[in-house]
Amino acid sequence: MCGIIGLHLRDPGLQDQLGSLMTTMLQGIIVRGPDSAGVAIYGDTARVPHGHAAVSVLHAPDGVAEAVTAQLPDVQELRVERAGETTVITAATDPDRLAKAVEAAAPEVRVIGQGDDSVVYKGVGHPLKLAEDFRLAEATGWQGVAHTRMATESAINAEGSHPYAAGTGLSLVHNGSFSNYASIRRELEFEGATFDSHNDTEVAARFVSARLDAGDDLEAALVALAERFDGFFTLLVTTNKGFAVARDEIACKPAIIAEHPRWVAMASEFQALAHLPGIYEARVFEPEPGKVYAWKREDVMTGAHQ
Amino acid sequence: METETTELEATSAEARVFDLAETDVRELNSELHAPSAQSYVVQNPRGAHAVAAGVHDDVEIRIEGDVGYFCAGMNQRAHITIEGSAGPGVAENMMSGSVRVKDDASQSAGATAHGGLLVIEGNASTRCGISLKGADIVVHGNIGAMSAFMAQAGRIVVCGNAADGLGDSIYEARIYVRGTVGDLGADCIEKEMGDEHRAELAELLRESGKAAEADDDDYLGGFRRYGSGRTLYHFTSDQSGSY
Repeated sequence: MCGIIGLHLRDPGLQDQLGSLMTTMLQGIIVRGPDSAGVAIYGDTARVPHGHAAVSVLHAPDGVAEAVTAQLPDVQELRVERAGETTVITAATDPDRLAKAVEAAAPEVRVIGQGDDSVVYKGVGHPLKLAEDFRLAEATGWQGVAHTRMATESAINAEGSHPYAAGTGLSLVHNGSFSNYASIRRELEFEGATFDSHNDTEVAARFVSARLDAGDDLEAALVALAERFDGFFTLLVTTNKGFAVARDEIACKPAIIAEHPRWVAMASEFQALAHLPGIYEARVFEPEPGKVYAWKREDVMTGAHQ
Repeated sequence: METETTELEATSAEARVFDLAETDVRELNSELHAPSAQSYVVQNPRGAHAVAAGVHDDVEIRIEGDVGYFCAGMNQRAHITIEGSAGPGVAENMMSGSVRVKDDASQSAGATAHGGLLVIEGNASTRCGISLKGADIVVHGNIGAMSAFMAQAGRIVVCGNAADGLGDSIYEARIYVRGTVGDLGADCIEKEMGDEHRAELAELLRESGKAAEADDDDYLGGFRRYGSGRTLYHFTSDQSGSY
């Protein structure tokens, strides 16, 4: 059992409330995964200013700021923020360059996310305590995801917490377990992918990332995932461009989607959606087995995907 | 009629109200397990789990909103109405009484239920009536995939469509579907509609609140019956050489 929430705001007027709405939603999934948690936030310009990159890492040593600065002497406004086990490094550069500089400066770190509009946090412990570490309640932005984990496939540590963020801006959270991930992992490794954990979900994230890099859109990448992966899954995948939900053919892992003119939300259980503004006017439905549901950001902003 | 109206009003006036925005589900359920009133109203359920589970007295319970997992589970004798949608496992293992969901129901509605009537006025999701053991389920909308899996006894009426895998490995439950059916599950077959089947279908529709339809021959004529092909009942020696 794991818990998932995701919120995609169509109405820019709600963006100041992203974190407070997500904190309320999070309370509805704590019982599903009390051992660890993680979040991804999109569009919080206080955390990731325009023209900046954010790289999230685990195991950042003391003095990481100076070490990264030494790698990037021309880069302005380098900042380091500790949030529990996660350390977020931001600077006025692009995400790939910053991530490489961080890894060169401190080889012991593990990069858990990078983005130019998004930031990822992960940790072990009670989800509400972690939400405080991540300053979730004060987050702003246009999209957010959170996951509470009840570990099954690999150890309870920050590496095993979701989301898995492979590639710039991609975040994937999973309720379920994959059974053939080891074979797919070997194929991806053969193609050059590197892995940060022994977790089954990371393989799905790397798979989706490879498909997006090859030119698929999010929906096509998830259709390909559903064809290739065996096992149980409800997935919520977000990028800088969109928001998508996929379930396996057996669909024993729960999922509820609510669509409102002001927002699209997904959660493992209705109680996580019950307090959203206007929930009783929203179209609330269960995604069908074996189907992919996707919203592109431009559709969402213009309301084209009604 | 006048007496009945008076009784209803009296019942309604004495209804005990539990507001789940103020009270937790344990407090509600411990009252419902040893009821001091005949009639209850539950407000602001907001997707809470196990609302009115394990009730075993002849009481009326009206839930004003959406509920989470296992609402009205194990129900005996109580009459429970959910004025909203229900999460997974509504009325699972019901023994008697009735449960009515005014909106949609999530997966495994009425799972393993032994008796009583479950009415879903909207749609039911996957695995509706899985391992049904004798209860009746009437769904006014559609039902999801893998419904009536290994259903042993009882009846399922679907006024809309049924998705793939209907009645896989079914035993002696009887299924009536008015709309389309996806792929039938293993050993589930269409069966002849006899007068006795038409009669029980009409009775179930009437009990579910569709009295006009129950009296409408054209409407009843739109239903088809499904049940077990009885080829999976026993292991046979035919394939013993394969093992």
